Amino acid sequence: MSDSKPVTRRNFLFISTAAFSAAGAATIGIPLVSQMNPDASVKALASTEVDVSTIVPGQSITVLWRGKPVFIRRRTEEEINEAQKVKLEDLPDPEGDDTRVQNPEWLVMVGICTHLGCIPLGNKGDYNGWFCPCHGSHYDTSGRIRKGPAPTNLEIPDYVFLDNNTIKIG
Amino acid sequence: MSTDYEPKSAVAKWIDKRLPIVTLFNGHLMQYPTPKNLNYWWTFGGILTFCLVTQIITGLVLAMHYIADAELAFSSVEHIMRDVNYGWLLRYIHANGASMFFIAVYIHMARSLFYGSYKEPRELIWIIGVFIFLLMIATAFMGYVLPWGQMSFWGATVITNLFSAIPVFGESITNWLWGGYSVGSPLLTRFFTLHYLLPFLIFGLVILHVWALHVPGNNNPEGIDVVQGSQDTVPFHPHYVVKDVFALIVFMIVFAGFVFFTPNLLGHTDNYIQANPLQTPEHIVPEWYFLPFYAILRAIPDKLGGVIMMVSAIAILAFLPWLDTSKVRSAKYRPLFKQFYWIFLANFLLLGYLGAQPAEGIYVIISRIATIYYFVHFVVILPVLGFVEKTKPLPKSISEPVLNEKERAAKAASA
Repeated sequence: MSDSKPVTRRNFLFISTAAFSAAGAATIGIPLVSQMNPDASVKALASTEVDVSTIVPGQSITVLWRGKPVFIRRRTEEEINEAQKVKLEDLPDPEGDDTRVQNPEWLVMVGICTHLGCIPLGNKGDYNGWFCPCHGSHYDTSGRIRKGPAPTNLEIPDYVFLDNNTIKIG
Repeated sequence: MSTDYEPKSAVAKWIDKRLPIVTLFNGHLMQYPTPKNLNYWWTFGGILTFCLVTQIITGLVLAMHYIADAELAFSSVEHIMRDVNYGWLLRYIHANGASMFFIAVYIHMARSLFYGSYKEPRELIWIIGVFIFLLMIATAFMGYVLPWGQMSFWGATVITNLFSAIPVFGESITNWLWGGYSVGSPLLTRFFTLHYLLPFLIFGLVILHVWALHVPGNNNPEGIDVVQGSQDTVPFHPHYVVKDVFALIVFMIVFAGFVFFTPNLLGHTDNYIQANPLQTPEHIVPEWYFLPFYAILRAIPDKLGGVIMMVSAIAILAFLPWLDTSKVRSAKYRPLFKQFYWIFLANFLLLGYLGAQPAEGIYVIISRIATIYYFVHFVVILPVLGFVEKTKPLPKSISEPVLNEKERAAKAASA
């Protein structure tokens, strides 16, 4: 360091000016970027309550949650057995059926194909579950990917049973 | 000191040979020779550029949330204020930014008037500036309509009705402007479109304004020509960059003061009431920056006449370089003009005050006198002054007025 130039008053001024400007620019950037995030009115609608009392076994409904479709299916004994029997080794995205449901009778999941965002069709496909018509992904009765380009199982949203007949999603 | 830009790296050379953009910016923002005696009144050009950029950026962001529909506009603005992250800040910056923009442009124009910056060879800079001012007025007016409050609605009604003063075609022109038989959604949508477009036209004109400025170079407080390449000038950077930045920071402090402490001071409370086509507010006033021209409009007891005079009050500015017949630029060396300048400014402020008062009684009479004086200044006083005024002797150089007796003698001896 002995041969380097001494630190002058001017160096200090340059560096502090630059630092001050950078901090100022970053501060201005915060509101400009943040304004595009979900706003208070969107956040206020971030959870949805669903009455499921009218759904009979083997029937499913689709509800809108955060602008996305959510499948709520009341599964038959047969479908539950089928989902529970599958060996984890056979799955591209191994996940037991018990980790995907709170109550085996009720399957709640986001109805968006994990490949490129289309909505899979119910009661279709090689595994008796869902089939995505866009690029041919097959999901089983637990909503797990079995065949096709989708990388992961259908997403399970956060939800709770408020009582026997009401599910709160989100 | 002033050296031309020489690209050093191979990449910089490659680019500069094909697109000499760095050379361009270096020449106009760094080396550009600037008179060394510019005072702080000259910093408003930079401040105005800042205002324009601020309005464009905050405007872009607000347009992401605003809905240009008569049913939804008012609530979308409230949505911005209450729900959108930092929406209140962005809207208050944009709304107060318009006022700050006009404060700056009026100071900028007043400086030009005082120091004769509109005179030969800078006439075109001035005329382009008048067009920028016109576009600013149009943009600000249409922007004020967008929140669709009571003042927005009735302001839009009054101003668009100005066109109905046009003989014969008046009614069809207003119906065409409205896209209907009254102010409503079609007008709001087209105002939003134009409000979005015009700032970019202003930006284009600003480039022409600066281009035209950089041909003869800046005027200066002495109003005399500087000798290019002499010690009369200093490079723009760092001398005036630093001076402009300092002035800008002071300006931003005032700006922030409005935004954070009295964001609604310059607005009108009635604009927080949703537009109601069945009820006119008791007392309609435009935004403060239009008040002088509004006073002129109301001073004339004739519909068409009022419109013509108001438009003329702005249009006459474009002819200023020829209305002012004096060859001496700076008011410093024009003792008579200097007095009339301050009278004119006071009269303009008086018109602004009158524009905010109800159109009745004594205010109407004073408005008429002030309006007449406004035009007399341009069409009588300025042309005559050039012939009758005895101006003070101009200094030989911009350095001379700041030298003391001894230095002046020494300089005279060496010359």
